[in-house]
Amino acid sequence: MINQLSWKVGGQQGEGIESTGEIFCIALNRLGYYLYGYRHFSSRIKGGHTNNKIRVSTTETRAISDDLDILVAFDQETIDVNYKELHVGGIIIADAKFKPVCPEDTKAELYIVPFTEIAAELGTSLMKNMVAIGATCAVLGMEISVFNDVVDEIFGRKGEEIVKKNMDAITAGYKAMEVLLGEKLGAMELEKADGQKRLFMIGNDAIALGAVAGGCRFMAAYPITPASEIMEYLIKKLPQLGGTVIQTEDEIAAATMAIGANYGGVRAITASAGPGLSLKMEAIGLAGITETPIVIVDTQRGGPSTGLPTKQEQSDLMAMIYGTHGEIPKIVMAPSTVEEAFYDTAEAFNLAEEYQCPVIILSDLQLSLGKQTVQPLDYSKVEIRRGKLVDFEIEEPENKSYFKRYKVTEDGVSPRVVPGMKNGIHHVTGVEHDETGRPSETAVNRKAQMDKRMRKLNNLANTFHTPVYKNTPHEEADLLILGFNSTRGTIDEAIGRLETDGVKVNHAQIRLIHPFPTDEVLSLVQSAKKVVVIENNATGQLANIIKMNVGHVNKIKSILKYDGNPFLPHEIHTQCKEMFEYGNV
Amino acid sequence: MATFKEFRNDVKPNWCPGCGDFSVQAAMQRAAANVGLEPENLAVVSGIGCSGRISGYIKSYGFHGIHGRSLPIAQGVKMANRELTVIASGGDGDGFAIGMGHTIHAIRRNIDITYIVMDNQIYGLTKGQTSPRSAVGFKTKSTPEGSIEQAVSPMELALSAGATFVAQSFSTDLKDLTAIIEAGINHKGFSFINVFSPCVTYNKINTYDWFKQNLTKLNTIDGYDSSNKEQAMQTLMKHDSLVTGIIYQDSSRPSYQELVPGYAEKALNKSDLTLDQAHFDKLVAEFM
Repeated sequence: MINQLSWKVGGQQGEGIESTGEIFCIALNRLGYYLYGYRHFSSRIKGGHTNNKIRVSTTETRAISDDLDILVAFDQETIDVNYKELHVGGIIIADAKFKPVCPEDTKAELYIVPFTEIAAELGTSLMKNMVAIGATCAVLGMEISVFNDVVDEIFGRKGEEIVKKNMDAITAGYKAMEVLLGEKLGAMELEKADGQKRLFMIGNDAIALGAVAGGCRFMAAYPITPASEIMEYLIKKLPQLGGTVIQTEDEIAAATMAIGANYGGVRAITASAGPGLSLKMEAIGLAGITETPIVIVDTQRGGPSTGLPTKQEQSDLMAMIYGTHGEIPKIVMAPSTVEEAFYDTAEAFNLAEEYQCPVIILSDLQLSLGKQTVQPLDYSKVEIRRGKLVDFEIEEPENKSYFKRYKVTEDGVSPRVVPGMKNGIHHVTGVEHDETGRPSETAVNRKAQMDKRMRKLNNLANTFHTPVYKNTPHEEADLLILGFNSTRGTIDEAIGRLETDGVKVNHAQIRLIHPFPTDEVLSLVQSAKKVVVIENNATGQLANIIKMNVGHVNKIKSILKYDGNPFLPHEIHTQCKEMFEYGNV
Repeated sequence: MATFKEFRNDVKPNWCPGCGDFSVQAAMQRAAANVGLEPENLAVVSGIGCSGRISGYIKSYGFHGIHGRSLPIAQGVKMANRELTVIASGGDGDGFAIGMGHTIHAIRRNIDITYIVMDNQIYGLTKGQTSPRSAVGFKTKSTPEGSIEQAVSPMELALSAGATFVAQSFSTDLKDLTAIIEAGINHKGFSFINVFSPCVTYNKINTYDWFKQNLTKLNTIDGYDSSNKEQAMQTLMKHDSLVTGIIYQDSSRPSYQELVPGYAEKALNKSDLTLDQAHFDKLVAEFM
């Protein structure tokens, strides 16, 4: 019996690779297993190698595994590209249709099953994916009945017959593989899972659900990988709440329309990836100087320009903190799990209204698209706080003057009214302005308004719920590993191995990137002998931000990866050992 | 009911004496009063340029945004609160150069707002460069030998983009202009009004006199029917778009807001921000 398994299905894009993985995962998730998925795909609709790698475990896991136990191949390329990940004892299950051949140095055993032929005999070759699931079941020694409900839900609306045919395909796949396996039937039997009900979703689902829970009722967006799922979810759900999504003509319109809606008093969001964020920058500055709340999601992908649109990277950090010309108050949050993505997105709308400034939710491709098991989400933890939004009748101002929307206050936040309110009329402009919003270029006013805006966030690092995720069991650590976004689980796993090697490791993921939680990070850095920052970019952007804020320039090292793929646990483990000469334990 | 004086504030416009924009401002204030608005129920969103300052010169809610983006901001405001009257405004550079993409798509989308362009065929605030509305041969600081690019025809573009309200006016025709803006506000859908608003400082060709000599009022054309799109297009082509009046109006097409599935019937900004626990549970169950 094993307590975890790494399974991969691969083929040509558009062949149903996605749905094969999906059906397999939903069923296992319902049994209480923890799943963590990684999609390898290209920027095209059909064709090109794609694969879906899934980690199954009886304990919580948020990392891709280093190697592979089972590879399901729908084409030769799948074998050629992936066979090296398979270890001795691993299994390749390949469709007989393409006459699979394994390279000489393949460590795994090849089993050839006529997926397509079996499916065609049962009615349609489209069901070859179900045959493959059945074959996998045989290796796992798993009852195929675990797929009953999922198949019924997915195909039920097409009629009972289709449901039956798909289940027949799973059965046939199981039987064919059973014969081939002989006494190896159930060779990779998984320990029983806890049967707990958990969710199975991608980070983008959680961001979108977090927006709904956080009171967002309008979105303006332009499609882009890997952010589109957020708009696709909201266009389905917001109409139930009176709201809607507008797919705009471009990213600039998306950002400015969301600003207009927020100015109008609705909680509104826009979401994009690097190229879109570059286009939104001027609008972000507008929101900053006009003190208009807005929530913006950046699902990072490989840059610059079109870069690697379907690959992992974390290289927008500096752009998100410093992007837009001039200086504005801005909040940049970086959830490191799908659960955090949900709660942080809901909270982002509170912060945007409380501080009347842009809030950027930074994600990355692996967090946004990696489908995984997620702990139940607790709606009672979601608050709605609207800051200094005026919800009472305003007295008529003296001399019929304008409302002081930009009143200079101690905390820098001014009362905010939305259009439609009597006696609340004021002007809003991206030009420097006085307390009523009228353009003003005087030096005294400029300084007063700049100071007012910039001091709004002075205390945020102290009041933000969790500026840093910490797993810091050691008062004095040999090593502190820092990261942000989706690297959390991989770092966790590498730390487990380093601890086994005898190294005392503390771990922190920065969740509030800007304003930076200097005090908290400084004390972590001081209490470790060595410090390394793990990130998916070429210039060590997070490391530089940490150095800028906490010093210790020579102490803080970097491990970087920018080839488009997420880190694997062994890479972090090995590189830490080499860098800090922990020896070959 | 508010009078047009109640749409005035005490800010002195920074426009040059004689600028056409003064009349546009006056017409907007009169139209707002004439259709029965209260200042707090009007939001004027403007772009950047001389004319972009207009949102600061009218007593109403006003948002002076960034160059070329008055339309998406204005559409966002309207989506947040359909009970507001929203007017977007700006110059020809704002709407037909940097913001042209938004203009075409706002027309297609047909959200119920009014867009007023103050068209002076020149970049004034940056002190005299060519505009997409400048005629071929027009000499400016950026086209010292004369413009070699074709001028855009916003009215023809609007018709081809599926506009439901297309009108053109001249800033000195205060009465006509006011009536057109009123008709635009009352139109259920996107109303597009191009106003010839001469720049007295930098445009020495398209002057008040030039327009007086070259413009044709549509109500002087026998049998002109503003519900006939084909006639509208032919008339524009025949007169090189130098016509004033309501060029085309289609009152049958519903506005965007009326077509959005599930869209709040009242102002969206007044809707509840919380969910029933049961509603949340249902959303979450889809991920199990």
